[in-house]
Amino acid sequence: MKLKINGEEREIADGLTLAALLEDLKIRPARVVIEHNREIVAREAYGVTRLAEGDTLEIVHFVGGG
Amino acid sequence: MEDFFEIAGNKYRSRLIVGTGKYKNFEETRRAIEVSGAEIVTVAVRRVNITDPNKENLLDYLDPKKFTILPNTAGCYNAEDAVRTCRLAREAGVGKLVKLEVIGDDKTLFPDVPATIEAAKILVKEGFVVLPYINDDPITAKRLEEIGCAAVMPLAAPIGSGLGIRNPYNIRIILEQAKVPVIVDAGVGTASDAAMAMELGCHGVLMNTAIASAKDPILMAEAMRLGIEAGRKAYLAGRIPKKLYATASSPLEGVLS
Repeated sequence: MKLKINGEEREIADGLTLAALLEDLKIRPARVVIEHNREIVAREAYGVTRLAEGDTLEIVHFVGGG
Repeated sequence: MEDFFEIAGNKYRSRLIVGTGKYKNFEETRRAIEVSGAEIVTVAVRRVNITDPNKENLLDYLDPKKFTILPNTAGCYNAEDAVRTCRLAREAGVGKLVKLEVIGDDKTLFPDVPATIEAAKILVKEGFVVLPYINDDPITAKRLEEIGCAAVMPLAAPIGSGLGIRNPYNIRIILEQAKVPVIVDAGVGTASDAAMAMELGCHGVLMNTAIASAKDPILMAEAMRLGIEAGRKAYLAGRIPKKLYATASSPLEGVLS
C-alpha cells in the first residue's frame, strides 16, 4: 500500500502497524514523535496503530536549533 | 551569594541559555554546552530523514535528565504551524517549556507579532510554559505577559547578526515593566554583549550563532559564561554613576609641596 511519510510517497506492506513500520525504517520509537493523519499518536499506541492506504505520517525529532 | 535564575518555578544557576544549531557535529555541541555552563538548551523540531539509516540523535548527546530542553518553533511563519510544532515537541516528553517564535520575514527573521500573540494565547490555554521571541518592543512584551507567558524574550538584534544590543533603552523599559523574566534572545555577538544584557538587569541571555559560529566555539562558550557572570555580578554590585569630570582616587591631603 502507498503512504505519504514526511512528504514522500512510500510503498509499504499491507496492514503494517506503526511500530512495525518504525522497525523497518530502523527508527528508534523513543526518539521520535509521530502524527498520523494530522493526529499525534501516543508512543504506547504505536503497536496498535494500523496503517492504511493513503495515510499521511509525519515523523519528527529534535535537531540542533537556536 | 546564592543567585538563581528562576523560570516557571524552576531554579537554575546559569543565566545563559544556548542553542544547539550550526555546530560541526554532536560532539562539539556537547562540549560547547558543557563549557558554557548552560542548563537550558534550545532544540528545533524537524522531520526525520527516513532514507538515512544513520539515526544518531541530538538527545543521545544531551541528557534530558541533566538539561532542560527548550524546543523552539523556528521556521514557523504562522500561528497554526507554531502551535502544531509545540504539540509535537510536548509529545516527546521533555516538558512543557517552549520557545515560541513566529517569523514574519525570512530576510530579517523579525517576529510576526500578531501571529505570535495568537499562538501564545492558544499555547498558554493548553498548559504550555511559553517563552516568546519578540522585538525589543515594550508594548508587545506587556501584551505577551498579560496573556500568561512565563518570560519575554526581546531580541538584541536580528538572529545570527552578532550586532549586540541595538536598543538598550527599550530593553530597560521592558525590564522596568515586566514582572516575568526578561531574556535577551538573538543578536548577541560576543561576550561584552552578553555582559551588557546582564548589566542592564536582564534575567538571562539566549544565544546560538555567537558560540557555534565562532572560530573556536568551545573557547567562546567559556567567554560567554564568564561574560554573563561578570555582567550579572556588576549589576548586583551596583555600578557608579557616569560623570563628565574626574574625581581623584588618591587622597588630596598630604600631597608634597
